[in-house]
Amino acid sequence: MAKTYNAGVKDYRETYWMPDYTPLDTDFLACFKVIPQEGVPREEAAAAVAAESSTGTWTTVWTDLLTDLDYYKGRAYAIEDVPGNDEAFYAFIAYPIDLFEEGSVVNILTSLVGNVFGFKAVRALRLEDVRIPIAYVKTCGGPPNGIQVERDKMNKYGRPMLGCTIKPKLGLSAKNYGRAVYEVLRGGLDFAKDDENVNSQPFMRWRDRYDYVMEAIQKAEAETGEKKGSYLNVTAPTPDEMFKRAEYAKELGAPIIMHDYLTAGFTANTGLANWCRDNGMLLHIHRAMHAVIDRNPNHGIHFRVLTKMLRLSGGDHLHSGTVVGKLEGDREATLGWIDTMRDSFIKEDRSRGIMFDQDWGSMPGVFPVASGGIHVWHMPALVNIFGDDSVLQFGGGTLGHPWGNAAGAAANRVALEACVEARNEGRELEKEGKDILTNAAKSSPELATAMETWKEIKFEFDTVDKLDVQHR
Amino acid sequence: MSEMQDYKSSLSDVNSRKFETFSYLPEMSEEQIRKQVEYIVSKGWNPAIEHTEPENAMSSYWYMWKLPMFGETDVDRILGEAEACHKAHPNNHVRLVGYDNYAQSKGAEMVIYRGKPV
Repeated sequence: MAKTYNAGVKDYRETYWMPDYTPLDTDFLACFKVIPQEGVPREEAAAAVAAESSTGTWTTVWTDLLTDLDYYKGRAYAIEDVPGNDEAFYAFIAYPIDLFEEGSVVNILTSLVGNVFGFKAVRALRLEDVRIPIAYVKTCGGPPNGIQVERDKMNKYGRPMLGCTIKPKLGLSAKNYGRAVYEVLRGGLDFAKDDENVNSQPFMRWRDRYDYVMEAIQKAEAETGEKKGSYLNVTAPTPDEMFKRAEYAKELGAPIIMHDYLTAGFTANTGLANWCRDNGMLLHIHRAMHAVIDRNPNHGIHFRVLTKMLRLSGGDHLHSGTVVGKLEGDREATLGWIDTMRDSFIKEDRSRGIMFDQDWGSMPGVFPVASGGIHVWHMPALVNIFGDDSVLQFGGGTLGHPWGNAAGAAANRVALEACVEARNEGRELEKEGKDILTNAAKSSPELATAMETWKEIKFEFDTVDKLDVQHR
Repeated sequence: MSEMQDYKSSLSDVNSRKFETFSYLPEMSEEQIRKQVEYIVSKGWNPAIEHTEPENAMSSYWYMWKLPMFGETDVDRILGEAEACHKAHPNNHVRLVGYDNYAQSKGAEMVIYRGKPV
């Protein structure tokens, strides 16, 4: 029977709270951490979030009756306590797939984290996790190349890849910058990297940088007989300018370019990922601005969601945090989003903060990039935590070597290979790290000096090994 | 802190040419090679032996020594093939590969007999 029109304000829960709803395989699922305003019941707050992130507005309108709103609405289907936080609760919401334009991360975010985050009935709101239905995953391009293709292109097997961010991040001339790149590559690293805020400033315009960096790559390849790359940052003020820089990098024969996906935005990133797929270019993704969005435990978007959005939008590398370096992160939670980058199927695992099963089907994986405040003494732990499918990036830990960049690079390469060899032999890296490195340093004065410079760190992680939800 | 050293590497010195994983470590002993073969077998990967002239090491395709040893788990047999390849091509790099057919990639790849640099 057709519905009748009743003007006025209804409680959200009458329409959007559906505790008996069984989500469909094609539904988008979202888990929000909600802190409601005082006096607002949990069901009403959850329903309000479902409404405001889907079809609802604050009052009934007659045009609601011209469509089948019961089909299009978001459905709050479950509520759970947040361990260790009495004022917050988890609201689970299902959205029908037809609410989202195919292949559009932009549309997903505009809906799920749009107006609802400023909504008055909630005091704070955080999107903890999402489940993207496989039917929707198949509409997205994803990583332009993926882990397996990148290994083949770069000819790196059976070990993590090694990188280095060139410092100082700002102020070098293009030719001096190219020198720093050449030195780290000839010393044994696989990649050098533009720092995120190196775009095209007056002291070093992008075209000059690309020219000198490309010369550095070619000479280092000829010298070492190994494949090399350097992430040329194409992040630019406009999409046109971004594509212009990408085209020039391709013209030079560069294997990889880089982009900042949050500051530049998902429209630019998805477009660039598609361009990379069409042009056989690897794409490194930096995440400047993520901490603004993901650091507050009660408001914003968790990084595991930003990880999923990047994998859909497209990128071959993504910074993940190091667990052990200067930007310390929760080990279990980090392992959770590393799996989310690389694996084809990730099981729900509350001990890692993963709220839903996620099936990526055949979508390629993304290399997690560990970067920030790490040095040779961290190598055993890094190899153990990240495994082979990762990029380990030592900036200060390469360039700060007393004998210079090439020696610093060689020290890292020797340490990495010693750790991988020991792991393959069945040795426990985090326990025997000191022995492994000390032994490797016998045949590498560069490593011995690096170890002396940065001294010993402990290979125990008990103190950081706490879950997000428990220590809040 | 020890005296600063020059980093010895140049276009004209053929000893500067590396060959990817483990090429920054000293050449492996028999016992070390055996352990890497055991690792490949324990992972369920398919072992294979390939070789090339050192000057062609950057090519994607090295010469296969026979076919990959699909399903082979006998470490001595695998080592025997590697040795036979080395004897037949003493001046070439000989590498041990672990083909991971699920990842459609190589789970491991390392030069176990180093060729004569040219």
